[in-house]
Amino acid sequence: MDLTFNEAELAFRDELRAWFAANEPGPEPEAEDAHYAWRRDFQRRLADGGWAAVQWPREYGGRGATLTQSAIFFEELGRSGAPLPANVLGILLAGPTIMTWGTPEQKDRYLAPILTGEEIWCQGFSEPDAGSDLASLKTRAVQDGDEWVITGQKVWTSGAQYSKWCMLVARTDSDAPKHKGLTFFLMDMEQPGVQVVPLRQITGEPEFNELFIDGARVPAENVLGGVGNGWKVALTTLMNERAGLGFFLQVRLRQLLDTLIDAAAQRGLLEDQVVAEKLGELHLRTEILRLTAYRGLTAVEKYGVPGPEGSLVKWLWSESNQQLTQLATDLLGSETLHTDSPWAYELLRARGNTIEGGTTEILKNILAERVLGLPKAR
Amino acid sequence: MDFDLTEDQKEIKRVARELLAARSPFAAVRAAAEAATYDAALWAELRELGWAGIAVGEEYGGQGLGAVALAVLLEEHGYACASTPLVSSAVVAAVIDAEGTAEQRAQWLPGLVSGELSAALGTRGIAADAPGADVALIVDGSDAWLIGAAEAEPFVAIDLTRRFGAVHGEGEPLGPLAAARVRGAVSAELVGVAQRALDMTVEYVKERKQFGVPVGSFQAVSHRCAQMLLGTESARSMAYHAAWAADASTETLDEAAALAAAAACDAGVEVSASAIQAHGGIGFTWEADVHWLYKRAQADAALIGGGKLQRSGLAELVRRRAARSAVP
Repeated sequence: MDLTFNEAELAFRDELRAWFAANEPGPEPEAEDAHYAWRRDFQRRLADGGWAAVQWPREYGGRGATLTQSAIFFEELGRSGAPLPANVLGILLAGPTIMTWGTPEQKDRYLAPILTGEEIWCQGFSEPDAGSDLASLKTRAVQDGDEWVITGQKVWTSGAQYSKWCMLVARTDSDAPKHKGLTFFLMDMEQPGVQVVPLRQITGEPEFNELFIDGARVPAENVLGGVGNGWKVALTTLMNERAGLGFFLQVRLRQLLDTLIDAAAQRGLLEDQVVAEKLGELHLRTEILRLTAYRGLTAVEKYGVPGPEGSLVKWLWSESNQQLTQLATDLLGSETLHTDSPWAYELLRARGNTIEGGTTEILKNILAERVLGLPKAR
Repeated sequence: MDFDLTEDQKEIKRVARELLAARSPFAAVRAAAEAATYDAALWAELRELGWAGIAVGEEYGGQGLGAVALAVLLEEHGYACASTPLVSSAVVAAVIDAEGTAEQRAQWLPGLVSGELSAALGTRGIAADAPGADVALIVDGSDAWLIGAAEAEPFVAIDLTRRFGAVHGEGEPLGPLAAARVRGAVSAELVGVAQRALDMTVEYVKERKQFGVPVGSFQAVSHRCAQMLLGTESARSMAYHAAWAADASTETLDEAAALAAAAACDAGVEVSASAIQAHGGIGFTWEADVHWLYKRAQADAALIGGGKLQRSGLAELVRRRAARSAVP
């Protein structure tokens, strides 16, 4: 057991810190499009420095970083106050999925523009009637000569308005059992059959979109991993969903807790034992998150098999963020409810944390069935 | 970064699990508890195997394997809910070795390791194995005292698997991290208690049928089990972290132990309580063995000051964190 970074990891971290110190992202713009342009610009700088996708193999423009180094990258990104790369879904999801399942031609064509942010990717998985039960999705793809014609609706597609490409899962065989009739497509978003409609969430902002697809056309060469193999390919994408990103989110949670502790201290609230103990509970949770995530990294690095840590960490992180933002509202008073207070945004946004990327209920099912071996839930 | 036991530590864990499963099934735990005695044969065997001196230097007859190996043994001792004075003996010996003076080490360690001397561990109000102990290690917040030939007032606590007493008398102070080392080590036993409560519950809800199906197929039950897993694994991360810090990062040990104790006291008590609930009516009976785990958890938590002290410890960490960030 050694819970310190080794020399290579420390050297990696120091090089990264130096780079972040020399490459401040500049002030965060408020307006949505300007904000996105800011993120895209910062990704380009990351790519120029060779930092856009450290975990990618060198042959594809990454650094071949270990999982621990990748975790360090996301921790340092969080610490630096820099934004997530604009093409985060391309880097974390589309890239690794194409590396696993793509033909040499597909890898040549798609990977490089993901790194630079030149081509943004979005994820067309969820549908209005297919959320936790993803395999029941209804968007259909019908073959027409050398092309597939796609019709259906997707939802929760973040970044769709900026995207060139969509990781789209559609049903190509409606007679097959639900997991078997799916195919994974790389769909060009810039065509008349694809309509992007902003989806306003409870914060008031449209972070996500609905995607209306009516006769969109995808050439046969844009099938990824073979016709009828879409569920397996999609699982590769989903397996990558929380890799790395979790460390970024944890750092942001720790920073938010620091902000709350400082605000409480300025108001003299830490002398109140009940308040200090509630903050203490959150401090404990952030440390449990950090250390349990590292245990998970070790499990994958040493044995190649992820343990239950990923699901545990996502569950605990999401509930802790909700607990923290509620505590801020309780402690700091009614100004936290003014719409221009950052706490108001954090409070509302946190409600999505226990839903997005696997609801807490589904995570509990996964833990009960796959880790504890309990019978399938009803 | 390697957050995993070494092969040797895994082997110690595996051997301890198998040995205690064979020698100390719940029938033996119950028999010892009902007779109000320790399982003398088991304790003799554990001493023979050198468990009491696992984290004591070889110059005093110990094995010198460190705090992580000690944590692993205590975890398995908790998993078995074994009726022995191992926690007191092994933890007091390890802490004297790390935080005692040369005189204290020479005076107590050879006897504690061989089993000729006995030790008590806890607070003034409740110390395990206090009656008749040759030496008592008493923690009080962040202070720790070593009291030779302590005067103990015996009482019967809900954890019938061990002997308890209140401790009087003046003592000698131990080094600054003694209390943290105690908290960290006892946390490891609580992790084992929680793991056993979870395992017994999973096994039970797979078998127990109502409405024609295993009750574990109901989400109200299976989600409770998932919550028990979260508590257990959270406490394990923190207890191993504290054990590692005790060996390799003493500058962070104080905080690591406070975090481990808070996580482990919560997990031990909540997971074992949840086990009683998930067992339904049978869980409330003397025959169902989950109550031994619940009682062990309550007593272990009390030995290191109880839930209130752990929460105050967390509050203190927050105040320190605020003070750190106030420094320009």
